[in-house]
Amino acid sequence: MTNSLLWTPLAFGLIGLLLPARLTGWWATLGTAVTVVLAVVLLAGFDSGAAGLQDTVEAEWIPGLGVDYSLGVDGLNVFLLLLTAVLWLGGTAFAAFREQERPHLFFLMMLLGETATLGAFLAQDLLLFVLFFDLMLVPFYFLFGAWGTDRPDGPTASAATLKMIVYTLVGSLLMLVAAIATAIIAADGGTITFSIAELAQDPIGEGSQRWIFWFFAAAFLVKMPAFLLHGWMPDAYRAAPLPVLAIFSGVLAKVGAYGFLRVVLPVFPDATVEFQEVVLVIALASILYGSVMAFTQTNVRLIAGYSSIAQLGFITAGIFALRADGADGAILQMVNHGLVVAPLLIIVAVLAERSGSEDLREMGGMATRAPVLAALFLIVTLATLAMPGSANFIGEFYILNGLFQAKIVFAFVAIVGVAMSAYYALRLYQRTMHNRPAPQQNKGIVSRELGWRDGIVLVPLVACILGLALYPQLVLKRTDRSVQERIEAVHGPPPGDLVKR
Amino acid sequence: MNFVAPDIDYAGLSPVIALTASVCIVLMSAVIGPLRRTAPGLTLVALATTAGLLIWQWGEPTDLVSGALRIDDLAIAISLVVLLMAGACVSLSIREPAAEQVGSGEYHALLLGSVLGMVLLAQAQNLVSFFVAIETLSIPLYILCAGNLRREKSLESGLKYLIVGSLGSATLLYGMAFLYGGSGSTDFAGIATGIGKEGLVGDPLVLVGIALVAVGLAFKTSIAPFHQWTPDVYEGAPTPVTAFMAVATKAAAFAVFVRFFEVALLPQVDEWQPALAVLAAASIVIGNVGALGQDSLKRMLGYSGVAQAGYILGGLVVASEAGVSALVFYLAGYATMNLAAFAVVVARERETPFGDDIRAVRGLGQERPLLAWPLTISMLALAGLPATVGFIGKLYLIEALVAGDYTWLAVFIAVGTMISLAYYLRVVAAMWMRPGGEAAPAAPAIAGASPEADPVDPDAGRRPYLAIPALLAAAATVFFGILPQPLVEFAEKAGAALF
Repeated sequence: MTNSLLWTPLAFGLIGLLLPARLTGWWATLGTAVTVVLAVVLLAGFDSGAAGLQDTVEAEWIPGLGVDYSLGVDGLNVFLLLLTAVLWLGGTAFAAFREQERPHLFFLMMLLGETATLGAFLAQDLLLFVLFFDLMLVPFYFLFGAWGTDRPDGPTASAATLKMIVYTLVGSLLMLVAAIATAIIAADGGTITFSIAELAQDPIGEGSQRWIFWFFAAAFLVKMPAFLLHGWMPDAYRAAPLPVLAIFSGVLAKVGAYGFLRVVLPVFPDATVEFQEVVLVIALASILYGSVMAFTQTNVRLIAGYSSIAQLGFITAGIFALRADGADGAILQMVNHGLVVAPLLIIVAVLAERSGSEDLREMGGMATRAPVLAALFLIVTLATLAMPGSANFIGEFYILNGLFQAKIVFAFVAIVGVAMSAYYALRLYQRTMHNRPAPQQNKGIVSRELGWRDGIVLVPLVACILGLALYPQLVLKRTDRSVQERIEAVHGPPPGDLVKR
Repeated sequence: MNFVAPDIDYAGLSPVIALTASVCIVLMSAVIGPLRRTAPGLTLVALATTAGLLIWQWGEPTDLVSGALRIDDLAIAISLVVLLMAGACVSLSIREPAAEQVGSGEYHALLLGSVLGMVLLAQAQNLVSFFVAIETLSIPLYILCAGNLRREKSLESGLKYLIVGSLGSATLLYGMAFLYGGSGSTDFAGIATGIGKEGLVGDPLVLVGIALVAVGLAFKTSIAPFHQWTPDVYEGAPTPVTAFMAVATKAAAFAVFVRFFEVALLPQVDEWQPALAVLAAASIVIGNVGALGQDSLKRMLGYSGVAQAGYILGGLVVASEAGVSALVFYLAGYATMNLAAFAVVVARERETPFGDDIRAVRGLGQERPLLAWPLTISMLALAGLPATVGFIGKLYLIEALVAGDYTWLAVFIAVGTMISLAYYLRVVAAMWMRPGGEAAPAAPAIAGASPEADPVDPDAGRRPYLAIPALLAAAATVFFGILPQPLVEFAEKAGAALF
């Protein structure tokens, strides 16, 4: 099951190369749809009461080097897998409705990206995780660089992409060294294993944990990106083709946060406790910086980008509260943020196609001409600012609750971020949908309403947001058990337990 | 008076005998009229026969010629890499101007002579056979580099290589003299016991000898700071020769490097380990920084070869079985990665007026996907991205380094790889992405270019003798990146030969 989930997208991508160009988009969409079905089946079969991994696949891969091909599903990744599958379906379908240059390569790269991302979420072998983590970048390098837009006043798409790759690979390459060092230190002359579960059982010495922790943290924090490591983000976000960016922003950033939960907490528990406050400071700085930047930008993509920095800051803070409720909230929030940011960027794509601009100052007045689009956008906006009643509210509540009980000072700072998110989300909505239409738009364009093609992509995504808002327990119930195991790995069973099992 | 005929192990010597005979045969084919066009075919047959004989000897280590040579799995593994590259070189040399100017028979005989030197070098375990082999491999290469008689750069390349190579050989010989003087033996094992018995561990005389030998070998493997010749020679030499030289010379020189340091100089391991580690680190930094901003693909690959030599040297530094296995694995992977790149460079050199300039591959993704893919895969693999043999090779090396307490060198590999992305991905971007900024000139500037810079064959990219090596090498790069276990086992056997 896990195997077919992982390889279905790539298989479809490779077969797609043999089809005529006009069919490849639909074939790729079919592939992502099949993947969604597989992910749903996986979720349906998921036993939320069972401890440890489910649906595992174990095989020797490179026995000479101690690397295994080992996959598994638990509460940490089951929803992230579904999120990956859903967003990829949305992004691929959106792209399939439009003419793409060199469609064969485009959709092959899309589907390769999906397989790599699913692999990163599924991998239970440290080295396999690193491999998929690095592999994710390759297709996005092509997608951003070859289908992105060159800015007249900035770097070309390929230059912006190169910057992104160098930034993110710095982290990943150090992580490769760190992963190998962990396994060799843990083996202590015996057989080398990279199995995350086995490495977690008997953590390595505190001194080694200290430096290895930062090698891993660097990789994950760049990927998110966190404050001070986000230098690649503005250029890459402005260059990327929007449907690809929707996926990238919705899913790939989460792999970093997920890495903390999957690898860092269990394998380096002592260092995690030791550096808890340092990471929390980085997280809070990301929240504040991201929020402030989000409400000063006028480029819609950058608003989404900087708000992601802030949201990922929240998620990191939730994880590093080192309490079950904080981490539960973090996982819920990862799913929420993915579901929010992807439709947001797709709406931006729709708006940009109509108004020819991605600048807030040149938009406005869309609500009267496109009421359905505006309504969908409103739901997304309200979810972004974590309106009570949305799943984001529950997620942020859990995170803040965890943070309050762990480090109260940090919690107070984080609350400022909640307020600021309301500001930038509403500002974005007002400027695009309400306001007076920008002068250059009054050129008698007949309809700006959402067409059925975009509707097919957007409505299901927004429906997911609504569904999750009504029943967030769907996620929480399934993640809690695995989260508890992670937290207990760091420092024993927690005193309070918010989630009823 | 009775004469005892020495016992000659013809089976063990058969690869060397086959190569020696074929050098003569191929050279003769040049003067026999009807056979004039058969040199490439004969060479391929000779290489295949030798490979077969080597594989026949796999797993049966034996000393030959009273201990001057030793055919073991390490020697065989390295020789197979050399033969693979030589075979590819023959294929890439079809319709190569240099091969026609030198004369096909002579060109291929020289190539085989160099291969003979390399196969001998991989087996050498005596200072005399070591030096004879290294000269046997070098001298034909000096001539081959200058093979493109009508191009100034090619002649410059040959001359430069001759001078620098001779300097390297002289240094090497000087160092050997010191070591012989100290230990009283020319035999690798004898040197090890000699140094120990005379109580010379840490003796300045021996240390100077070690340093000089290391410098001589660093010249041959193009390790910084003894690499200055590499980009110039690589750029000037006929591209098929560059392809051969880049991998095969490096492989053979590393084979003897490993054997000499880990057999003869093992008692001195604490002295040379840190020094070689510093050389490796310097090579990684200098090679990667030097490759940035190179417009000539061959120069870029030359500098990248310097950096890669630094990575490979890491496998030697740790002086462990895992280290040697990682080194062999990386060399084998390096052969496939480089071959894919050079085959495409050869094709583009012949079909565009840009020579080996990066402009020659611009827009290749659309124009010739079958050439663009091998070069893309090769660049991604050299950069060490996953799902290629380059990633597994780095993983192997880093694992050996960390296990050998050289984690800092592993971090250097990681940092070097990061720098290398900038120039490898530049090539990928040129192939697949919009040029951006620098507009392609309508009329190519060929000022100062020789006739060879002009396209000689507008369909070169479709020729099977260029496309097939490129595609096969790229396929192998990906295959061993996904299923590396067979190659890992091969490398493990080779690594076990010394320990």
